[in-house]
Amino acid sequence: MSDGSDGSADDAGGHDIDGEDQDNAASTNEGSRFDRLPATATDRTVEGRATREEAVGWWVERFGLDAERFEGHTFWEKGSGKIWAFADDIDSPAEVEGLGMTFLRTRQEHWKPTTDAVQRFGRDATRNVVVLTRDEARAFLRGETTDPDWDGDWGYLIAAHEIAGETEPVGVGLYLYGELRSQMPKGRQREL
Amino acid sequence: MNPLSRYDPIVEDPAAFHDACERPLPSVVRVNGIKATPDRIRRAFESAGVEFDPVGWHEGLFRLGEGESPGNSWPFVHGWVYGQEEVSAVPALALNPDPGERVLDCCAAPGSKTTQLAARMDDRGLLVGNDNNLGRLSALRSNAERCGVTNLAVTRADARNFSLKPFDGQPFDRTLVDVPCSCEGTIRKNPDALDNWSLDHVEGIAGVQKGVLERSIEITRPGGTVVYSTCTFAPEENEAILQHALENHDCRLLEYELPLEYVPGLTEWNGESFDDSMRRAKRIYPHHNDTGGFFCAKLEVAG
Repeated sequence: MSDGSDGSADDAGGHDIDGEDQDNAASTNEGSRFDRLPATATDRTVEGRATREEAVGWWVERFGLDAERFEGHTFWEKGSGKIWAFADDIDSPAEVEGLGMTFLRTRQEHWKPTTDAVQRFGRDATRNVVVLTRDEARAFLRGETTDPDWDGDWGYLIAAHEIAGETEPVGVGLYLYGELRSQMPKGRQREL
Repeated sequence: MNPLSRYDPIVEDPAAFHDACERPLPSVVRVNGIKATPDRIRRAFESAGVEFDPVGWHEGLFRLGEGESPGNSWPFVHGWVYGQEEVSAVPALALNPDPGERVLDCCAAPGSKTTQLAARMDDRGLLVGNDNNLGRLSALRSNAERCGVTNLAVTRADARNFSLKPFDGQPFDRTLVDVPCSCEGTIRKNPDALDNWSLDHVEGIAGVQKGVLERSIEITRPGGTVVYSTCTFAPEENEAILQHALENHDCRLLEYELPLEYVPGLTEWNGESFDDSMRRAKRIYPHHNDTGGFFCAKLEVAG
């Protein structure tokens, strides 16, 4: 039954824009209750909870994705500000250990996409994608800060590279003061 | 004495069987169709100088060259490939779910078959991955996320008591029952797999397997499909478990296509007789296709 894959925890490590390592909050300690996001602010019953409209809107605005890309997905919060994307729908609240994929963190002022979501949805992004050279991509994967050629927005970017003839997202980078800080989770860092 | 010798009367060519069990297995990766195509992976491996060979019977599997490690490559980082033994790709093919269906993988962790099912569902519909061990569930979640799976709900329960409550109380269209087993068929990958082998252990785990298969049949809709699989040779954990299900539940064994060499399930073992339809189950021995050992049967719940 074992298959040689690693069992690393999700999205741990990295430096946040506020300097707080929020990804280290272990999801397994947050109970096992998922609440579906309200569709819009009018439907909101829990103060401060992101809405579906805002979560999808953030991806559309930040990366130029088509909102239709997320039409089939429902969005859920587990713990504080950790948003999950699920391709189906079940009764809310859902008493399960996992529901789809971690998608977005909304606890801090600056929202942060997850590595998994960037890899899954980021291929169609049309802006805020920094394409790394071969050496930069390797350093990024090791979790290092790099100095790529970039004169666009600061904040969270999709770090990508060229592989097998196309551009492919690697993970999330935080661009600040002329440098790109890798947000690659420790369990996903590699020396290639 | 080698515990595998008890199978000499049923493996047809005992010398070839034992020889194959002594040989190590190559690393194999499965293409994750949610994120990549076999062609793109071929190009990525070629440009990175990774040695690989296609696997003849399945276009989504590649055997890697000696010394190649699936975890240390860009295709792995991108979630394009999953390290998975060749024969372990069989049960998801037998279950054959369609996009949009309700599917349960009741002993899912660490997730090679779960992620394969998600890809076959085109990441649409409801896929429930259940396991009873928190550490293994964490591996399941991280493997599923690396593969870009978004249609998976993960639950933690003893599969013998799986509850439909979080899922509207509605049964599944298809259920994969890839039970914990004595793992005799993994001897090529884990040379110590048989170190603690005993008939008592085999019989003990068979009790769990019966309970898991029975519950799975109960929570699959009439007309729905259940696939039962193990990576072991012991008939006590294979045909005997199916026989128990046939006698106690309204279900039947189905034929299914598999482009691999195999032999039919047994109708007799150590003086015990099994239903004739047991021949529809498939036994894959290591010398058949130069793989690990496997057992897989497809059932239809009566409707």
